[in-house]
Amino acid sequence: MSDLRELYQEVILDHNRSPRNFRSLETANRVSEGHNPLCGDEVKVFVELDGNVITDIAFQGHGCAISKASASMMTSGVKGKTTGEAEALFEEVHRMVAGDGDTQPNADLLGRLTALAGVREFPNRVKCATLAWHTMNGALKGQKEVVFNE
Amino acid sequence: MTQMSKNGFPVERIREDFPILKQLIHGRPLVYLDSAATSQKPQSVIDAVVRYYREENANIHRGIHYLSERATADYEAARRHIARFINAPDPRETIFVRGTTEAINLVAHSYGRRFIHADDEIVISAMEHHSNIVPWQLLCEQTGAKLRVIPITDDGELIVDAYAKLLNSRTRLVSVVHVSNVLGTINPVKRLVEMAHSMHIPVLLDGAQAVPHVPVDVQDLDCDFYAFSGHKLFGPTGIGLLYGKTAWLDQMPPFQGGGDMISTVSFERTTYNSLPYKFEAGTPNIAGTIGLGAAVDYFQGVGVEAAARHEHDLLDYATEVLAAIPGVRLLGNAPEKTGCVSFLVDGVHAHDVGTILDQHGVAIRAGHHCAMPLMERYGLAATARASFAFYNTLDEINVLAEAIDEVKEVFS
Repeated sequence: MSDLRELYQEVILDHNRSPRNFRSLETANRVSEGHNPLCGDEVKVFVELDGNVITDIAFQGHGCAISKASASMMTSGVKGKTTGEAEALFEEVHRMVAGDGDTQPNADLLGRLTALAGVREFPNRVKCATLAWHTMNGALKGQKEVVFNE
Repeated sequence: MTQMSKNGFPVERIREDFPILKQLIHGRPLVYLDSAATSQKPQSVIDAVVRYYREENANIHRGIHYLSERATADYEAARRHIARFINAPDPRETIFVRGTTEAINLVAHSYGRRFIHADDEIVISAMEHHSNIVPWQLLCEQTGAKLRVIPITDDGELIVDAYAKLLNSRTRLVSVVHVSNVLGTINPVKRLVEMAHSMHIPVLLDGAQAVPHVPVDVQDLDCDFYAFSGHKLFGPTGIGLLYGKTAWLDQMPPFQGGGDMISTVSFERTTYNSLPYKFEAGTPNIAGTIGLGAAVDYFQGVGVEAAARHEHDLLDYATEVLAAIPGVRLLGNAPEKTGCVSFLVDGVHAHDVGTILDQHGVAIRAGHHCAMPLMERYGLAATARASFAFYNTLDEINVLAEAIDEVKEVFS
């Protein structure tokens, strides 16, 4: 059961119970909807972009604890960052949860997002952890819809 | 551990026939409660498929050599056997397809092309699997026909009065599920058929979740088409059956064109083969068919009625045990049910339930179960579903309940 405790860490459960920035954002100038047709999870990501800086970000939708917590932590993690920094962070998160790449995840860069590391042991949950991130990426690229089926 | 069900069903001896059930998952004995997705296979089915490939692999209906004759004989023997299993009056009315989905697509395509036109209506229900929705939507897009949906109650029963009102002179087909893959509801299909027939409307029944659980007699039901999948009936994947009445099949154009379905071909004109071959283009799934024949054999050896009684005990016990867990809610409370229990754990998404149960060795399905309109009917995105077969035990339901306690603990 240790893998289970590793997956459902207190930080994850907390973000699932009380997701941060879980609302719509009227000032958003980039909005994208992400959808995983396999499991039916849906997330809408709102980004307020000033130049290349994410000045505000929020999300709505429904999904499992992993997807909700990941979305919540994502919004906390990228607020105030440049689009380049946000994309780099997504790459690092993806490397961590999908277990790709040989090197250890960059804990300094990831900060509290390292709580998602337990996902690595659950390959069929990687898509849950990355749906919101793919959707944010889509929003930054001006895509209105991201159909995601990793 | 020796276990008998309440009515003496020898479940432990039966479990010996299923090699896959012996394994450990994450260090725990496998508790397979996902038979509605696909059932496990007894050794006799595995052996039949292996024996075909080892001893008689050849193409059918064309070889003049020994192996081809033998393969053809076994393929056709399987057809007769499976036809008898659903009491089809004539094996020529039983068409082998890849599964329920292909069977329904065949009818949508062939019956649809011949009989369904703009402003005609097709009646389905609110509890259909996507495979009994999307083929009709495609047909409606092509023809301008309209889809009509029979509503259901909160408990998960079809509203028969509403069905009666949907039937009219423009209705060209009723296509409904026999047993719901999410709610477990056994629909009153015989009555639905009678009502449609009184207005000369043919009926297709999706029997994917019915044939593994209830005795099916297509003559008694008097349905015009009946579809099911082999892999949910303890047989291989990629093989299923469409039963259709000759009167309809004879009037329907072929589904796919190719080998085996023709009588003669010239560039000017092709004449089609007789039933059922008109609908079986190309080399079929010979091994799958022989495997399905073995599966039906096995199931009849267990006893369809005895299996159903045992499953009824499993369902009753699961309903009682899950309903008693605070924070667990059951979806689907129809009086006539079989096969599965859909449930929700308060504040926990079904996928998280599924992951935690899996760590206990318990395999369930979590999600929309390919029935998104039904989920929407209940305002849900997903449910967890434990589904049963005759090889499950009452003890396994205790393991399920303990694992659900762990779900609640993790999310407390």
